[in-house]
Amino acid sequence: MAANEKILEVLDLHVQYFTPRGAVKAANAVNLYVKAGEIVGLVGESGCGKTTVAMAILQMVQPPGRIVKGEIRINGHNIVNLSEAELRKVRWRELALIPQGAMNSLNPVLRIREQMGDAIQAHEAISARDLKARVLSLLNDVGLPERVYNMYPHELSGGMKQRVCIAMAVALNPAIIIADEPTSALDVVVQRVVAQTLLDVKKRLGVSMIMIGHDMGLQAQMVDRVAVMYAGNMVEVGPVESIFAQPLHPYTQLLIESIPSIRERKPLKVTEGLTHDLRNPPTGCCFQFRCPRVEPRCLQAQPAMIEAGPEHLVSCIHYQAR
Amino acid sequence: MGGLTKEYVLQRVLMWFLTIWIGVTLTFAIPRMGKGDPVSVIVSRMMQRQGYVENANEIIESYKRRFGLNDPIMVQYIRYLGNVVRFDYGYSLTRFPTPAGEIVRPALPWTLGLLIVASTLSFGVGVTVGALMGWRKTPAWLQNILPASLTFTSIPYFMFGILLIFVFAFWLKILPATGGYSRDVDPAFNWTFISDVLQHAILPLFSIVVTSMGGWALGMRGLMIGVNNEDYFLLAQAKGLSPTRVFFRYGIRNAILPALTAFALGLGGLISGSTLVEWIFAYPGTGYVLYRSITALDYSVMQNICNLMIIITATGVLALDLLNPLIDPRITFKKSAAS
Ligand SMILES: Nc1ncnc2c1ncn2[C@@H]1O[C@H](COP(=O)(O)OP(=O)(O)OP(=O)(O)O)[C@@H](O)[C@H]1O
Ligand SMILES: [Mg+2]
Repeated sequence: MAANEKILEVLDLHVQYFTPRGAVKAANAVNLYVKAGEIVGLVGESGCGKTTVAMAILQMVQPPGRIVKGEIRINGHNIVNLSEAELRKVRWRELALIPQGAMNSLNPVLRIREQMGDAIQAHEAISARDLKARVLSLLNDVGLPERVYNMYPHELSGGMKQRVCIAMAVALNPAIIIADEPTSALDVVVQRVVAQTLLDVKKRLGVSMIMIGHDMGLQAQMVDRVAVMYAGNMVEVGPVESIFAQPLHPYTQLLIESIPSIRERKPLKVTEGLTHDLRNPPTGCCFQFRCPRVEPRCLQAQPAMIEAGPEHLVSCIHYQAR
Repeated sequence: MGGLTKEYVLQRVLMWFLTIWIGVTLTFAIPRMGKGDPVSVIVSRMMQRQGYVENANEIIESYKRRFGLNDPIMVQYIRYLGNVVRFDYGYSLTRFPTPAGEIVRPALPWTLGLLIVASTLSFGVGVTVGALMGWRKTPAWLQNILPASLTFTSIPYFMFGILLIFVFAFWLKILPATGGYSRDVDPAFNWTFISDVLQHAILPLFSIVVTSMGGWALGMRGLMIGVNNEDYFLLAQAKGLSPTRVFFRYGIRNAILPALTAFALGLGGLISGSTLVEWIFAYPGTGYVLYRSITALDYSVMQNICNLMIIITATGVLALDLLNPLIDPRITFKKSAAS
């Protein structure tokens, strides 16, 4: 059965932040799955809800946010509404995170060895000597020198910190790693190095990943499938080749057109208008205010996801059979 | 550990020395800035009390000569600094043949004991309560009862002390009201004496701790709320660490750093504030002796106590300064990067 090979399934996920001025609907009916050994890219502009989805998968949506509805299944088991103690066992062993902003993801007053070690110790009984050997080999795997073991985070560069985070994420060989913009705070050269490290590690361990980012160029090189989000809604999901060869949703088309290129210097496509306030979304398609192809029938309801090709889904009325 | 560089230690020790020097100089200068001098004031007081003192002027002169008050100010100052280094403040002016040191020294253990226990308890309890109030994962029932422990924070602690005496000593009669130990107990190293001392210490201790821990708790609560949203704090939870480890190693461990600095800076205030508490409880510490020396215009005792307080405070700050780089590894790093 196909469901067996789905390591992670997100089913009809709704997440809202309950602010004093209304509920921010940061994820609406999000559906997503990740198969064994696959990298799924999650793209969309700032504030569209990528981190929210990632945190929901980890059951770590911060107040005032809450998962309103939906299921997160890991190897078929729903983890929404697990107790805190049960969740602790799932975390890191099944689900690891490379957080957004690796610059601040390490505790400034603890040595790297302690921060990597405690993740392992929390889940395994391991002797001090084995722990040290394990941490050193993890550092080696991501191309960091042994001396990092005894260092504090402030003694490392941004790229090194990010690689420590990668080493930490693979420590328990989890079923799935969620990497939230793992390279966005780094300069271009370091970005490539870190991305390469991530790919190497991934290839060696065969771990599945969700890679969040808004750099479509980087995504094109790394991921197997792309999921495009807009204003809390999943608008298109598909294999990376068909998404780039034939983007269907007007928003995806816009994202791909705006990838800068040396060969043809086109004027940077300024996407008109801003995303609507997520507190009161319009009825109808979420992209209606910025869509070049908007029609009266777009304003009636958020279009359902329809299969436009093998594994290629899009939420746009223009592809619906009449 | 984090690395105490030689420059850092040297710089801190220099600061310690400078602080003490300035403080000690002030205790020398301030009494001399007022009108008149201690000797004339004391003699004229005697005259008031007894109506007439024979040869008043001669007495004043001979006292002044004995205490060197006629020498040029610089000579007096140098001699004073020498005395400070030797912890020798000469004779008490009011209890003449007794040296000031002999009046102050017996009082010192009482105050040090009270203050060290009171300040660590107040800081420790306050910080823990505050951190629990600021932590998102604190159980709801605890969140609800913790603020009750801060009820007495807004009461000045001498008033709270009076309240305690009234309730526990006069009304319930379960604890002694004043003093350091009972008259009928001999000071000796045995259980009777120790338990007697502890019983006497409870109320003064309680009045300092209960009224001052709220400040730490409120400050720590704010710091902890900030830590809740730090990326490393979220990552620690994502790693599936136990809540206690997250709370102590990733929460308190980070949030406490600014609180520790505030603690060091607050040491001086604590010492001066305790004077009032000792006076209310007639506790035989330096605060009580200071109060009596001020009312009796006993300058040498006053100077002795003031300088002791300056040295103790400065040393406390120095100790925390030297501890800081061990607790926060970034501190020495910033120093060496700047220089
Ligand atoms: N604590 C919060 N309270 C209220 N609203 C929030 C909170 N956290 C996030 N939001 C809102 O939820 C929406 C989604 O935020 P999220 O952080 O998931 O975006 P993102 O896609 O990860 O953006 P970026 O690319 O900038 O990281 C945003 O509109 C944001 O304003
Ligand atoms: Mg984000």
